[in-house]
Amino acid sequence: MFGYRGRRSAAVLVAIGTVAALTACGAKTGDAVGSAQAGGGAVVDTSGSAVKVGLLNSLSGTMAISEVTVRDAIKLAVDEINAAGGVLGKQLEPVSEDGASDWPTFAEKAQKLISQDKVAAVFGCWTSSSRKAVKPVFEKNKALLFYPVQYEGLEESPYIFYTGATTNQQIVPALDYLKSAGKTSVYLVGSDYVFPRTANKIIKAYAAASGMKVLGEDYAPLGSTEFSTIVNKVKASGASAVFNTLNGDSNVAFFKEYKSAGLTAEAMPVLSVSIAEEEVKSIGTQYLAGQLTAWNYYQTTKGAANDKFVKAYKAKYGADKPTSDPMEAAYTSVYLWKAMVEKAGSFEIEKVKAAANAGGITFEAPEGLVTVDGPSQHVFKTARIGKIGTDGLIEEVWNSGQPVKPDPYLKSYSWATGLS
Amino acid sequence: MSLLVGQLFSGVSIGAVLLLIALGLALTFGQMNVINMAHGEFIMAGAYTVYVLQQVVTSAGASLLIALPVSFVVAGLLGVLLEVLLIRRLYARPLDTLLVTWGVSLILQQAARDIFGAPNVQTRAPEILTGSVHLTDDIAIASSRLFILGLALAAVAALTIVLRTTSLGRRIRAVVQNRDLAAVSGLSTGRVDRLTFFIGSGLAGIAGVALTLIGPIGPAMGTNLIVNAFLVVVVGGIGQLKGTVIVAFVLGVLQATVEYTTTVSVASVIVFVAIVAFLQWRPQGLFTLRTRSLA
Amino acid sequence: MKRAALGFGVTAALLFAVAPLVLGDFRLSLLAKYLCFAIVAVGVGLAWGRGGMLALGQGVFFGLGGYAMAMHLKLADAGPGNLPDFMILYGQLDALPWWWAPFANPIFALLATVLLPMLVALLLGLLIFRRRVRGAYFAILSQALAAAFAILLIGQQGTTGGTNGLTDIQGFFGYDLNDPVNQRMVYFVVAAALLAMLGVAWQLMRSRYGELLVAVRDGEERVRFLGYDPANVKLVAYVVAAGMAGLAGALFVPAVGIISPALIGVVPSIEFVIGVAVGGRATLAGPALGAIAVAWAKTALSERVPSAWTYFEGLLFVLPIVFLPGGIAALFKWRRRARLVPPAEVKEKVAA
Repeated sequence: MFGYRGRRSAAVLVAIGTVAALTACGAKTGDAVGSAQAGGGAVVDTSGSAVKVGLLNSLSGTMAISEVTVRDAIKLAVDEINAAGGVLGKQLEPVSEDGASDWPTFAEKAQKLISQDKVAAVFGCWTSSSRKAVKPVFEKNKALLFYPVQYEGLEESPYIFYTGATTNQQIVPALDYLKSAGKTSVYLVGSDYVFPRTANKIIKAYAAASGMKVLGEDYAPLGSTEFSTIVNKVKASGASAVFNTLNGDSNVAFFKEYKSAGLTAEAMPVLSVSIAEEEVKSIGTQYLAGQLTAWNYYQTTKGAANDKFVKAYKAKYGADKPTSDPMEAAYTSVYLWKAMVEKAGSFEIEKVKAAANAGGITFEAPEGLVTVDGPSQHVFKTARIGKIGTDGLIEEVWNSGQPVKPDPYLKSYSWATGLS
Repeated sequence: MSLLVGQLFSGVSIGAVLLLIALGLALTFGQMNVINMAHGEFIMAGAYTVYVLQQVVTSAGASLLIALPVSFVVAGLLGVLLEVLLIRRLYARPLDTLLVTWGVSLILQQAARDIFGAPNVQTRAPEILTGSVHLTDDIAIASSRLFILGLALAAVAALTIVLRTTSLGRRIRAVVQNRDLAAVSGLSTGRVDRLTFFIGSGLAGIAGVALTLIGPIGPAMGTNLIVNAFLVVVVGGIGQLKGTVIVAFVLGVLQATVEYTTTVSVASVIVFVAIVAFLQWRPQGLFTLRTRSLA
Repeated sequence: MKRAALGFGVTAALLFAVAPLVLGDFRLSLLAKYLCFAIVAVGVGLAWGRGGMLALGQGVFFGLGGYAMAMHLKLADAGPGNLPDFMILYGQLDALPWWWAPFANPIFALLATVLLPMLVALLLGLLIFRRRVRGAYFAILSQALAAAFAILLIGQQGTTGGTNGLTDIQGFFGYDLNDPVNQRMVYFVVAAALLAMLGVAWQLMRSRYGELLVAVRDGEERVRFLGYDPANVKLVAYVVAAGMAGLAGALFVPAVGIISPALIGVVPSIEFVIGVAVGGRATLAGPALGAIAVAWAKTALSERVPSAWTYFEGLLFVLPIVFLPGGIAALFKWRRRARLVPPAEVKEKVAA
């Protein structure tokens, strides 16, 4: 008994000793030398004839529904670029990792892509939570992430390029549209996570400044499918429109309940910011026809670049597969990265970043000409309001006329002071 | 006023959904002591049955009516398969059934993803079930909810009749109350187990059909429902149906009321606290079955 | 006895010498994560394998420990008097919420990582075990607790980070976590903690208390007739398991750099159990080894064929439990008095 105990204590002592010895070498926080030594920056492997790029999406779990389509769009862009001769004479080799709809897994896989595969850039992530989880990984390793989904703003990581809309390219134009359409009061319904809560904060600030009334605000847990109480509240409020930031499955239950309660798109339209063509398909036009959405791209968006994109996508993945805003932004992000690398003349991450930050990176995207805003690493985008048709496609009913300059912290809006 | 009635009905209809989901569990868990976490995936199977049928039968109304018996059989057969392959080996280890059936539910979900694709699928509801019924000018009740309430009550009635009056029901009750004595009396307990499991799982299929009217149809639809459904059975007390019925409606109204005055997330927490408090008072649930078996 | 000492010695050698030499920085940090899960598993093995309590809510305790640690580290990152970044972005708070304030103190935070989960487990256990809620009822209740706690955390975004959880943790008691040397240090701390917890479990299992715990598992009523209160016996195992989960959560934070509700709900909580079942629920080393193996398999498989992982995980729940209830440990009949398989839980049948 004692012999055994002695040995165990000895083992623990050894352990503690080792730890103590090791700590002596580690860098302290705020120690500039240590940090530099710690993260000398990710090294891109350019030794072969191909350069690896990382694809980080949820291929399993709840988010797979949406993220698989983004992965497909990225692959399409990679294939097209390879067919056209690659980047700087090198073919791109996509390495796909599954984030499994689980944020710590995203962080793990990001680290793997950077340190094991030595990728030149990573494309992907959908939810803000996954982005927040990988952000420190990219910053620590000084590696690049291209994030293709509209999000809640309030972020400018030096190692992330944001090719989806920030709030002033989606939420704010949507409010402008509602106001111009004579909607004087709104009810806010959202899933309980960062994007809806931040979006609703912006909406309330906007409303307070513009005389619009916010009659109520409700959040359902992600994945919640019981909406009778919320719809009752919405109905009783008598609002002239609903601003919907629900995500995923919840939308299906919400719109079924909405129609059951006798609420219509004519009397009380719902403006949604997370329902794209793919979601329309799974909710059903029976429930959605006539409702509004706010995005920067629809499958029906006019232009030769979009015709080509839609045709290529359907040829690769099937004629019944719609294209949507996040897919388009993901597709575009690969081409934007290509333009940056070519301008820099190198795959080296700091050079690519410098080329982008200097400005002038553009791409004739399916949504129209997009330009990277050098300092913020966001993208100029045209805001578009669409109406869902009975055929499941979304027709544009309004747009902002020209690409809107990204303003993730809403600094140029006087009513938004104090939000960030 | 209209809001109050509407909200009360919301509670009742949440209760009806809970009841429909929990009813099958009241049989398999309550009567057989099997914790079937794959129950949610049997619900999913029922919902996908509607989807598949609608590829063949174009009329939304007809397909829904046909789907009721078909999904009962589909889910029921899945249940029997599960019972024969796995659960039969685990009757002595009820806690292990929980983990094993959780594994089965993972496999069924991924299978659904591979067969039908990861995105939710869309089914059409008959027009009559997408509107609402006006009680007065300003009190309207969703017809889909009314349909589900009717369906839940019909299922309870049918199950009660089967258990009370048929010979199958008598055999099920005999096995539940005293398995050994039933076996000694010449009952094939294995066969009774399989039949019970068939009915319990089949009820999940019916619940699946009902859920297509109000919720999404996708691989993950079952997981969100299962824990609450088990709570209903636990609080209701095992071995009989009336506890499950009452608790489903009480929890539904409680959830709706708290949710209305606070938020959904606070409501979930309050309901949990209420359940723990209730079990302090009646650890065996609302109603318990008195038996002479020395369990 | 000698065998046990040998076992500890070999494990220590593997963890402290072999693994750091063989594995690169990335794989070593993954191993640190697996070891955290292994610590949870040691506790689950005690509560479930030895005590018969299928604790499906370990995510709650893991989360409490993790959040306690992360709250301190976030405050330390922010510096005295400043608010953590996410509170400014999402909470728009002017001052720190009162329940955050004590976590600025490192000693309080460190104690809280273990004591807070134990306290919660104690209160909950008192309520549940005293009223003789057990078996399936206990499992389902603990599952519902996990669901409720996750929803509660998500709902309070301004003060808990909501679904994002607490991320972007830079330092660990003054050491920069971005430095690979310090990451190794964290690994050693985790490994030492695992060894220590194995020691604790070993002591408990072979003590008189351990005998009593198994007796309660196999025949609660009989133990009651002998004059013991089974509720107290179970309570100890449950509270110890909660403390281990809390410690694991606390170490997970520096090892992985994030704690979020994704690690707390129903699904992660049940995943904590699977390694235990695979490894051998009633043994000492089985749960830990099983948890490491399962976590490793998840990484390895999902790197190659993502959709296959879900099938494989499903099969992991089904095959070992149905056909090898003693877990992999049952294949090696090491111990003379092997109590690997509980002799049927018939007596657990919810007493009518």
